[in-house]
Amino acid sequence: MGTHEVPALDLPSMLFVFMLSTFIGVGVIRRVSRLLHTPLMSLTNAISAIAVVGAILVTGSDYPTHIRLLGAVALFASMTNIVSGFLITNRMLKMFKTRDAEKAAPK
Amino acid sequence: MIHTLVQLAYIVATALFIFSLHWMSDPKTARNAVRAGVAGMALAVLATWAQPQIIHHAWIVIAIVLGFVVGVPLSRVSLTAVPQRTALSHAFGGAAAGLVGTAKYYLWLSEGPENLTTFRMIAIMLEIVLGYLTFTGSLLAAGKLQELKWIPQRPVTYPGQNFVNLGLLALAVVLGGYVVVNPTAPISAALFPVVSVLSLAFGVLLILPIGGADMPTVISILNSYAGLSAVAMGFVLDNKLLITAGALDGSSGLILSIIMCRAMNRSFSNVLFGAFGQVQAGSAATGEEKSYKAETVEGAAQILEQASLVVIIPGYGMAVAQAQHKVREVYDALRQKGITVKFAIHPVAGRMPGHMNVLLAEAEIPYTDLVEMDEINPEMPQCDVALVIGANDVVNPAAATDKASPIYGMPIIQADKARTIFAIKRSKSPGFAGIDNELYFGDRTWMLFGDAKAVVGELAKQLTGGSGMH
Repeated sequence: MGTHEVPALDLPSMLFVFMLSTFIGVGVIRRVSRLLHTPLMSLTNAISAIAVVGAILVTGSDYPTHIRLLGAVALFASMTNIVSGFLITNRMLKMFKTRDAEKAAPK
Repeated sequence: MIHTLVQLAYIVATALFIFSLHWMSDPKTARNAVRAGVAGMALAVLATWAQPQIIHHAWIVIAIVLGFVVGVPLSRVSLTAVPQRTALSHAFGGAAAGLVGTAKYYLWLSEGPENLTTFRMIAIMLEIVLGYLTFTGSLLAAGKLQELKWIPQRPVTYPGQNFVNLGLLALAVVLGGYVVVNPTAPISAALFPVVSVLSLAFGVLLILPIGGADMPTVISILNSYAGLSAVAMGFVLDNKLLITAGALDGSSGLILSIIMCRAMNRSFSNVLFGAFGQVQAGSAATGEEKSYKAETVEGAAQILEQASLVVIIPGYGMAVAQAQHKVREVYDALRQKGITVKFAIHPVAGRMPGHMNVLLAEAEIPYTDLVEMDEINPEMPQCDVALVIGANDVVNPAAATDKASPIYGMPIIQADKARTIFAIKRSKSPGFAGIDNELYFGDRTWMLFGDAKAVVGELAKQLTGGSGMH
């Protein structure tokens, strides 16, 4: 396989996906409990670290070293967001308890 | 074959991300949100890594390990530091997008200039401008929130500021436009870093004039930018997973910023270009002496014991004083006497959207007793005692009555409607936004001066001690 085949960019379908996912995003986020807006932000931090995909492609492909180095730094930054984002979201969500749940809990 | 499988994995990952956000609609299902998010992310990483063009694995492993080394401690910060951590992660997200965009441009410049179509160049430019300005802007926001000594806390303003900022942005757009049109021209390879540096500088200039009171809005806007930079990366790499996940993050940031703006009766442009600091400097200069009525903790405890509905209105001052756990003791003591206790949460209480809820949840206050501003306000006339702890601007009646006030029009928790108001205040100085508060001089308001933690702790002692004696 050639190292750089040039696939025709499917611009309309990408814009389509962008438009639809923005509407889905707005629809879903509007229903998020206001109690949880802080964990929501750390969760979306982690999800938007999906940039990790681009970083892996740049870091791992057969590219010149200086290009891959940029990718590796981006990969580190994204991975930090994924790890800290999901962990802290989980940590905060564990704290939200109802009065009943609290009585039932052993401690 | 592998290409199709990867695409399928990306579709499943997208669905998991949407489910993840869906489950955040209720605290009961929210833990599933994290599981779905982790599953989606793991799937996306593994599918990408499994592709045949990925041949260098060592650097990937090293970067991932380092990500864990830095990420795990960052997830263990105290909850008062969560806004800084969030701003820092926006900075990391922006940096990742900017770096990948830069890498892709120089790669294609040397190895495949036919890839640098006009459309792709537009996407790359958006990616690096958004990415780099989010990077420095968020770093500065994180520094302000962390209250680093060498970073000015108060808004930094100077004449012609908006002109300078917009001029800089316009210059970046013009130079960026030239690179878009002539991506392979020799000068473009040199202009690209110039545009990057202008974006980095613009990020700093954008956040410099913004004061502490506007931080919740600014964090939300930067959240949105970080998401949009991921979207731009998706356009550059022709990757729909990046577009969908980035759009989810972008819309989340957008909605949170709209909620924050509404809660402060501000517009986007007003937050970004309004320089809040200048307005308050003008109107806070009313040097009128008014007198407070002070009450003792014993007296306050006696009145609280007679109440049937107590509404506690916490502000960021409560968190600064680390008084949450003492507040919980007061809450427990009052509830044991059969008194209904609710917490009234203003959307901008705290330093990021929803911050106060997390701080109170950490103190093990059941989330069912945390009530939003719009729900509690109709109940305030029936409220026997409103206990204001470390809150100031969010209970300032001037927002409703005084047209000259810089916070005029901002929705407030109507503490002034309660039968009795107790306000705990450290000193007689004005609040975060630097504005005097009429509530403290009202007929039914009594001040409890002192450190919030000490006063609330004493209050808890009085309330529990009292029940034993009677």
